[in-house]
Amino acid sequence: MVAELSRDEMLHSVKADYKYGFHMSEEDYAFKSGRGLTREIVTQISRMKNEPEWMLKYRLKALDIFLKKPMPSWGNTEMLNDIDFANIHYFVRATEKQGRDWEEVPDSIKKTFDRLGIPEAERKFLAGVTAQYESEVVYHSIREDLEKQGVVFLDMDTALREHEDIVREHFGTVIPSADNKFSALNSAVWSGGSFVWVPAGVKVEIPLQAYFRINTENMGQFERTLIIAEPGSYVHYIEGCTAPTYSSDSLHSAVVELIAKPGSHIRYTTIQNWSNNVYNLVTKRAVAHEAAKVEWVDGNLGSKLTMKYPAIYLMGPKAHGEVLSIAFAGEGQHQDAGAKMVHLAPDTTSIIVSKSISKDGGRTSYRGLVKVYPGATNVKSSVRCDALLMDEDSRSDTYPTMEIDEKDVTIEHEATVSKVGEDQLFYLMSRGLTQEEATTMIVNGFFEPFTKELPLEYAVELNRLIALNMEGSVG
Amino acid sequence: MTSKTPILQIKNLHVEVEGKEILKGVNLTVNAGEVHALMGRNGSGKSTLSYTLMGHPRYTVTSGSVEYRGQDLLAMSADERARHGMYLAFQYPVAIPGVSVSNFLRATVKARRGGDIPVKEFRKELKECMAKLGVRDEFLSRYVNDGFSGGEKKRLEILQMAMLKPEMALLDETDSGLDIDALRTVAEGINALHNKDNAVLLITHYQRMLDYVAPGFVHVMQGGQIVKSGGSELALELEAQGYDWVAKEFASSGAN
Ligand SMILES: Nc1ncnc2c1ncn2[C@@H]1O[C@H](COP(=O)(O)OP(=O)(O)OP(=O)(O)O)[C@@H](O)[C@H]1O
Ligand SMILES: [Mg+2]
Repeated sequence: MVAELSRDEMLHSVKADYKYGFHMSEEDYAFKSGRGLTREIVTQISRMKNEPEWMLKYRLKALDIFLKKPMPSWGNTEMLNDIDFANIHYFVRATEKQGRDWEEVPDSIKKTFDRLGIPEAERKFLAGVTAQYESEVVYHSIREDLEKQGVVFLDMDTALREHEDIVREHFGTVIPSADNKFSALNSAVWSGGSFVWVPAGVKVEIPLQAYFRINTENMGQFERTLIIAEPGSYVHYIEGCTAPTYSSDSLHSAVVELIAKPGSHIRYTTIQNWSNNVYNLVTKRAVAHEAAKVEWVDGNLGSKLTMKYPAIYLMGPKAHGEVLSIAFAGEGQHQDAGAKMVHLAPDTTSIIVSKSISKDGGRTSYRGLVKVYPGATNVKSSVRCDALLMDEDSRSDTYPTMEIDEKDVTIEHEATVSKVGEDQLFYLMSRGLTQEEATTMIVNGFFEPFTKELPLEYAVELNRLIALNMEGSVG
Repeated sequence: MTSKTPILQIKNLHVEVEGKEILKGVNLTVNAGEVHALMGRNGSGKSTLSYTLMGHPRYTVTSGSVEYRGQDLLAMSADERARHGMYLAFQYPVAIPGVSVSNFLRATVKARRGGDIPVKEFRKELKECMAKLGVRDEFLSRYVNDGFSGGEKKRLEILQMAMLKPEMALLDETDSGLDIDALRTVAEGINALHNKDNAVLLITHYQRMLDYVAPGFVHVMQGGQIVKSGGSELALELEAQGYDWVAKEFASSGAN
């Protein structure tokens, strides 16, 4: 059944009727630390998790660094300086989340799924029913497959207990605590996040998603993710769900480290939609060894301020890096996102594609770095930034930096800023689409190079989110 | 033939663009079952009329009225007009990057018909229309008018018309840029859609198109007015003699 429909048809069919999101009930907390950040709190976090001594030391050292490091003096310093570090709960342990019941899903949506012939498991996902019910069986078989292949996929806390050696060998090697103020903060108080280890030569066929994990220490505010792809392996990891993620505290500061060993391939996809009070200050960095390939596919919606510049260090010859990102900034929001490509070896290549939309006075910035070290010959890099402004009050800036210390390189850079054109709107409206539908269609089209890289269910969610973000914005 | 049903009644229509008056009193009535051709020199105001009728926000009506099947057309937004059965095949169709033709067509058909149609039913109908108009399958996955050749754009305009089944179709130079075979296919497409309940206003510079789609009425626009109307023979006269004589005749009639 499903195979008869093209992806495009599926995507836009579901969107047509689908107006249902994730709604999680208020969580109960099993444990909540006091506000503020002290040595005692950091020690308490580590003790509660029964961590080895080296991790406690690591945390405490990171805390010192955090306290000493000044705030970044660039970016939206006004917003940054508003963060009240003393007023945050640094450790919150949630009780089991309640999943939504399939019975609660409206009939109209079930009918749409019927008509499209979407498989059972996927329907539940699309409707926002968490993985706890019958679909449990599906995920169980996925987990068994992974186990057979020798793939380790755990939450970080469990990984530290069960695979201490691998964790210790790699943890913090890509992003040292001292990298920046927020990586230091994360290193001091991290909790949750994913750990993935893929053995040499193993290709993981399905994208790994956090909710496949058995013992889910759920995504927290200071999650810590580490992915290690051994030589010749492949893995695609997807983080985040597109639900508006409400959090009691307003700071989300994750650290994500990827290690792509020779000839391996890691793709890391994120779609995040934070509520509008959240500071989303994330450090993401990958190292790509010889002939390895790393891709960051990064979607940023929501939040008050996002600062996120996924980086790839191309360490070995012929390594390839790509960052494909979108950002959407509405009223009172600033999406400061970008990418860093560091070419340290010959014949390395990189591509950066950044697309942003600002509306209702929202602000997007592209901040990027392409750096080529001496001796990294025959490097090719291309950077493309497209910004779309929905109205006169919105703003978009680009801060591209190139540090090229080698002659034998090919670097391309292209940046465009455009407005949603009256003629495009009129063309679509002359076919019967309302102004809102027409605007949404133009915006979806603008993001299409990104959307088409997503698995179907995420693409559906993203389109729906964009539609929600466009609602009431025109007319 | 005695009782005619008017679809479009344009009375003394004056239109400004960016403070400049372009249409200076257009009068025209189009009845159900009729095909009208609108001709005239470059810049005489033909596209301005078609945009105005479709509701482009850049064109301001300063006086006059337009009734569409008894309703005040000018009170409707562009999308309302479309949902009520107005259609404009653009002289210069607009590209919508990232939006596939099939997704676009489905959204517009849904808007026009006021409800979703099952994917398979829609696809069947679309495939039939495409076959008739000689539109290739690969079109569907391309982005709307993005990188299309001039002729491809015009074909897509006609494909949309075939799917949307308008009651009043305005075709603004749909024949320009078509090769000879495409012209015939497109003309056949227009003829196939035309029936006693709908009407077509064909803006064109060439007799070629009118050889296939025979208009019962031909109008000449000049300086923002319709200055001469006649039957299909008028188009042949224009083809043979150009517009000068119309202009002279109009000037000596003292009208303005
Ligand atoms: N947006 C605009 N701003 C300024 N002038 C305009 C605008 N649109 C149309 N005009 C002017 O109005 C006049 C009529 O233009 P219109 O496009 O209606 O002509 P047309 O009869 O369709 O010509 P053609 O046969 O070349 O398509 C022209 O002088 C044109 O320059
Ligand atoms: Mg014209």
